[in-house]
Amino acid sequence: MAELSSAPVPPVGPDDHVRGEEAGLIVYADLGCPHCAATWAEIAARPAGIAFRHFPVASKHPRSPALHGAAEAAGMQGAFFEMVDSLYADRGRVDDPHLWERAERFGLDLERFERDRRSDAVAARVRRDFESGIRAGVAGTPAIFDACTLVAVREREF
Amino acid sequence: MISAGVPAPGFTLPNQDKEEVSLADFRGRKVLLIFYPADFSSVCSDQLSIYQEVKPELSEKGVEPIGISVDGPNAHKAFREKLGIDITLLSDFEPKGEVARAYGSYLDGPGVANRTLVLVDEDLNVAWTYESPTPGEFPGANIIFDALAS
Repeated sequence: MAELSSAPVPPVGPDDHVRGEEAGLIVYADLGCPHCAATWAEIAARPAGIAFRHFPVASKHPRSPALHGAAEAAGMQGAFFEMVDSLYADRGRVDDPHLWERAERFGLDLERFERDRRSDAVAARVRRDFESGIRAGVAGTPAIFDACTLVAVREREF
Repeated sequence: MISAGVPAPGFTLPNQDKEEVSLADFRGRKVLLIFYPADFSSVCSDQLSIYQEVKPELSEKGVEPIGISVDGPNAHKAFREKLGIDITLLSDFEPKGEVARAYGSYLDGPGVANRTLVLVDEDLNVAWTYESPTPGEFPGANIIFDALAS
């Protein structure tokens, strides 16, 4: 089991999924979260680079683990952000056949996609991001860090 | 807010299935009491969902998380089903907030428990506490693991 005590948010590294030349923001997001989808539509269009980190909350969004696995598997074939953009843009179509349709549309090797998205390596990669978010104090999605400092969380009422 | 080092006030409350649960049932184990304001609120939903995600790591450290709010058992049952969580939820409904008051967590204005964490050790003493500055904020799960590591 992982150590989950407090630790600074890890700086962007070579294993991160980065859109843009240089990541200015680090976003912990859940691909099943409607608030993340709304935020993604705003920040994805910004010129500043973004590092996307997985933060699936499976109990709240039961499809999230599958969606994060799909994004990670797409990323192994160079289509990580295509998958993320598509999943957020069309949240009503997230069952397995919809994932296969996306994989084909992005020109992915479907057999490899299927194998990868269910693999232990992909699950471990997703969990690694989740655990780094827990250690950094992420308490809801999306959580946005700028230069490893938390700058934005969703407004909520108790 | 109750302080670390004192005996944890005992209680018996109904859970989401209307079964009575007593603090004394947990003697010999660590229990994390999670006082929260209300079932179905957005912050409480996020808090319990995220704590559910780290429940295996808490279990590995011998800690049983228990949620407590002033909601009734039926509300707790529906809330658990909506969130897909299996954390036990206890109903501090009648007399309203009596246990939250005993732990110094009750907020008289809104009439709910503040967002408060209380770690009770194997001998039923308070080992650690955390109280959110406002009910709208909740502590990340990391601070629970910090407390367990110290």
